[in-house]
Amino acid sequence: MIDLIYLTVALPLLGFLFNGTIGAKLKKDKLSGILGSSVIGISFLIVVGAFFETLALPANERLNIVSLFTWLNVAGLDLSFSYQVDQLSLVMSLIVTGVGFVIHVYSIGYMQGDKAVWRFFAYLNLFIFAMMNLVLADNFLVMFLGWEGVGLCSYLLIGFWYDKDFEKSTTAAAGLKAFVVNRIGDFGFLLGMFLIYSTFGTLIFTDVFSRALSFNIPEYIFGLIAIFLFIGATGKSAQIPLYVWLPDAMAGPTPVSALIHAATMVTAGVYMVARCNIIYASAPSIMMVVAVIGVFTAFFAATIGLVQNDIKKVLAYSTVSQLGYMFLALGAGAFSAGIFHVMTHAFFKALLFLGAGSVIHSMHEEQDIRKYGGLKKYMPVTYGTFLVAAVAISGIPPLSGFFSKDEILWFSYVNIGIVFWIIGLITALFTAFYMFRLYFMTFEGKENFDHHKKHPHESPKVMTIPLIVLAILSAVGGFIGIPEIFSGEHGNLFHSWLAPIFKSAQIKLMSYSSHSHTEELLLMIISVLAAASAIWFARYVYLKNPQIATNTSKRFKGVYNFLLNKYFVDEVYDASVVNPIVKSSESFLWKICDNVFIDGLINWLAKQVENISANIKKLQTGVAQSYALVMVVGILIALFWIILSV
Amino acid sequence: MFENTQQFLDMLPIIIIGAGILISTTIEMYSEKSEAVLPWFSVFIFSAAAFYSLVYADKQSIILQNMLSTGGITNIFYFIFNIGAAIVCLLSLDYTKKYGMNYGEYYILIQASVLGMMFMAGAKDLFMIFLGLEIMSVSFYVLAGVNRKKEKAIEGALKYFLLGAFATGFLVYGIALIYGSAQSTSIEVITAGFTSLTGNILFVAGVLLFLIGFSFKIAAFPFHMWVPDVYQGSPTTVSGLFSTAGKAAAFSAIIATLAALFNSSPDNIFSPYLSVLALFSMLFGSIVAIAQSNIKRMLAYSSISHAGYMLIGLAAGSFDGTAGVIFYLTVYTFMNLAAFGIVALIEGENETNLELDSYSGLGNRNPVLAALLSICMFSLAGIPPMAGFFGKYYVFIAAIKSDLIWLAIVGIFSSVISVYFYLRVVVLMYFKDSEFEKVPAKSFSGFLGVTISILLIIALGIFPGSLLDLITSYL
Repeated sequence: MIDLIYLTVALPLLGFLFNGTIGAKLKKDKLSGILGSSVIGISFLIVVGAFFETLALPANERLNIVSLFTWLNVAGLDLSFSYQVDQLSLVMSLIVTGVGFVIHVYSIGYMQGDKAVWRFFAYLNLFIFAMMNLVLADNFLVMFLGWEGVGLCSYLLIGFWYDKDFEKSTTAAAGLKAFVVNRIGDFGFLLGMFLIYSTFGTLIFTDVFSRALSFNIPEYIFGLIAIFLFIGATGKSAQIPLYVWLPDAMAGPTPVSALIHAATMVTAGVYMVARCNIIYASAPSIMMVVAVIGVFTAFFAATIGLVQNDIKKVLAYSTVSQLGYMFLALGAGAFSAGIFHVMTHAFFKALLFLGAGSVIHSMHEEQDIRKYGGLKKYMPVTYGTFLVAAVAISGIPPLSGFFSKDEILWFSYVNIGIVFWIIGLITALFTAFYMFRLYFMTFEGKENFDHHKKHPHESPKVMTIPLIVLAILSAVGGFIGIPEIFSGEHGNLFHSWLAPIFKSAQIKLMSYSSHSHTEELLLMIISVLAAASAIWFARYVYLKNPQIATNTSKRFKGVYNFLLNKYFVDEVYDASVVNPIVKSSESFLWKICDNVFIDGLINWLAKQVENISANIKKLQTGVAQSYALVMVVGILIALFWIILSV
Repeated sequence: MFENTQQFLDMLPIIIIGAGILISTTIEMYSEKSEAVLPWFSVFIFSAAAFYSLVYADKQSIILQNMLSTGGITNIFYFIFNIGAAIVCLLSLDYTKKYGMNYGEYYILIQASVLGMMFMAGAKDLFMIFLGLEIMSVSFYVLAGVNRKKEKAIEGALKYFLLGAFATGFLVYGIALIYGSAQSTSIEVITAGFTSLTGNILFVAGVLLFLIGFSFKIAAFPFHMWVPDVYQGSPTTVSGLFSTAGKAAAFSAIIATLAALFNSSPDNIFSPYLSVLALFSMLFGSIVAIAQSNIKRMLAYSSISHAGYMLIGLAAGSFDGTAGVIFYLTVYTFMNLAAFGIVALIEGENETNLELDSYSGLGNRNPVLAALLSICMFSLAGIPPMAGFFGKYYVFIAAIKSDLIWLAIVGIFSSVISVYFYLRVVVLMYFKDSEFEKVPAKSFSGFLGVTISILLIIALGIFPGSLLDLITSYL
């Protein structure tokens, strides 16, 4: 199965080509959906097969390179389409294809009746294709192909309903925003890639990383590479300052949000940093930057999430916040904890978004949670699974979120200091609060919608079964990563599995003092209690005494509005970056630089070339004798020249 | 004639085409339905010869008293000629009907010209080259004027013949000088004595005249004058054949004779000549193509500039350069045939729809053809990931490695100019409203030929290494 890994890339591409070319002609939505889903399903099975095959190998032979073909091999630059099947890429592939498949199936139900189902599935397949290239690549260039590919697909999918309005503008504008912001990050990634090539002379992962260990390279070079790559990661993985596109990504159909937020795209940055762990381990100061950005993003986004009223917006900010946790883990040197959180987060965030989609579906596209309430009796499956996800993300044991989040908090405490732990804990508290605020306002309490207009109902099986699958995964997914204080030495399966990938980096970073088990247990209890009390408080405020919420928001109107408007970051960006650029582009770059200088020069040159062209054309008289004459002149010149030079 | 069966098998591609000519002639003489049979028969023998050559390319030998080599690069060229000719036959099927020139001879002449090309590519002796060249050229002269009811075609054919004869004269004179100074026409003997012969003015002049004879065939400046008139006057499909297989054949002869020299002698005395030829061909072709309003003439000038790019590879005079030229030729064959094929499909009766303006709005009228033509134009302009990019890339890299950086820069400059006229077609198709409502007649075989070419362009753009590795392994 390892040898067949290229099929996991090829099949989604075929699905895209099929739906993209003849899907429109067929006009069979069911077929488009089933085909689009089954290619991902088969890819998933292949990845599972490859996983078990790798598992059967001894731990030091678990790195397999599957070479497909050489694209370019000139002048020392060897660019091959090769895929690297190892522990890390397998984990990511399982998430991408597994969760991706579930989302595809769900979309069959969700997109029913849309006017361009074929286009939707074509884009989804292309998305998975790009993402699989990204995670399976064995060199930076193929990774960059996937990196750019997911950027393109996010643009296409966010603007899928391109004729619909979104907030103050259109969905197309939201797609454009995602694309442009991502481009800024991509530029950083490119610079990092150039620097890697000029430093190490290769773009192949295994070579780059072994040379990073053996070459004598000054730390500032590592620092530069790490910071450039991290700029790329902040774009893809929505970290400060480039997170602004992710909340707007909800303009697309809900399954798209699930795909972007959970299984693909945003995990790309985390994956890339984890993949380059040796480079980061060689630049400790940049790791600190990563940790600070991560924890700050986590906190910042969580505060915004506290007051949002749009169900998808709450989830969007929660994604930004959870991604912050992942970067906190990476910055703390706990790479496998970061990847572990990628996995558990993929389960419960996909579940939350798909659950939200189910609610939105049954409430006729209403997204304001203030207009929901008491939905649990109308949609029991959605309600039950959503609850599981909310408990999981809040970090209540023994659900998956508890294990991954607690691990991150523990490592940040041990490796980089108590301040990170405290901010992380407060964020966890906020997270539990806003998730249950969302939950209580949607499913419990009194019904705040007009019964004559809205008829809430449970979604069809094709949508609820994916929810159940994801709920099971969210519930039990954490058991593969039980901390060692409970499971004993090497009892944490997830860590043991990934350990070889991060070994060299861990050796480099190894400097922390020892901590006792009681300490770890104590911190764990504190964080669980914090989450539990936040849930209780949410219940107290939003279920029992709703007037508290309104009173508080009235009393602290300033703070409330500040948070509701997301710290006015979009406005600040508009005023400080976007508008100045637009203005100066318009008045100077466009009207003077481009129109006068560049166009003037080009047009002048083109005119000259055209003139020359028209003049030389006259040589072509059509008279055979003159043709022969030109030939003779040519021959004479050539002969004289070569004879004189001999 | 054959010393053993192996020799027979080695020669099989040539035998297939040779026997094919005889069979075709018989069919043409005795069958009433020859016009319906011959196109497909030709496609069949060309494909058979092409695939046989490619599959058995690793069996290299020299046969017929050191006259002909088989296998290796020779077979790669066999593949290019035959697959090109097969595509031309597919394109011709309905095109010839449109012009009322659906003669059986048409296909027999194509077969004969391919036979000539195969002699050139495999030649181990200057006489073999001359023989092949004449078989090919004479067939070409007739093919240029095959539409005998059309004045322009006859005029083009006559010009082609006159100037071609003129160029062949220089070629033969060159061979005579080479023979006089080297006392042999065997390429091996000449190659062996090359270093001692370079001091001999007669020998150098002979090789130069020999090169000039082929410069005419590959349409390099200043021996290109016939190209626009002949390409425009000839049937479009035939122009496609001239510009691809014909050009490849001339290059194959140059490579067969001089590649060993280029690769062995570090100071290649013909490099300046080839560089200057490359420089002028690229720039002249690209610049004059801008002023053309007829698409066939535009493609003719584009073909001149492509000859220039390929000459860069020869001027580099290295292993990489030669490999680059062969790669370029393969790719160029497919993209130019696709371009001429689409022009042939869109062309109406009596030379209508040949002006650039008639391509306005094609994106609406016939989206599939417009998309295919766009891919073609992108490839010709050298925009990745189409194969055309890699053709240019390999020859430019070879030039840079041989310290001809200035030539690579001129090549890139010329590519930029050429983007203008290639993309103008795309702009017209998609961004200008249709002036002609007429939808061209459907032709399944023509469409098939174009599609095969386009698929190969895309495939070679994604897997360029596969072909390049094959070529370098035989050099």
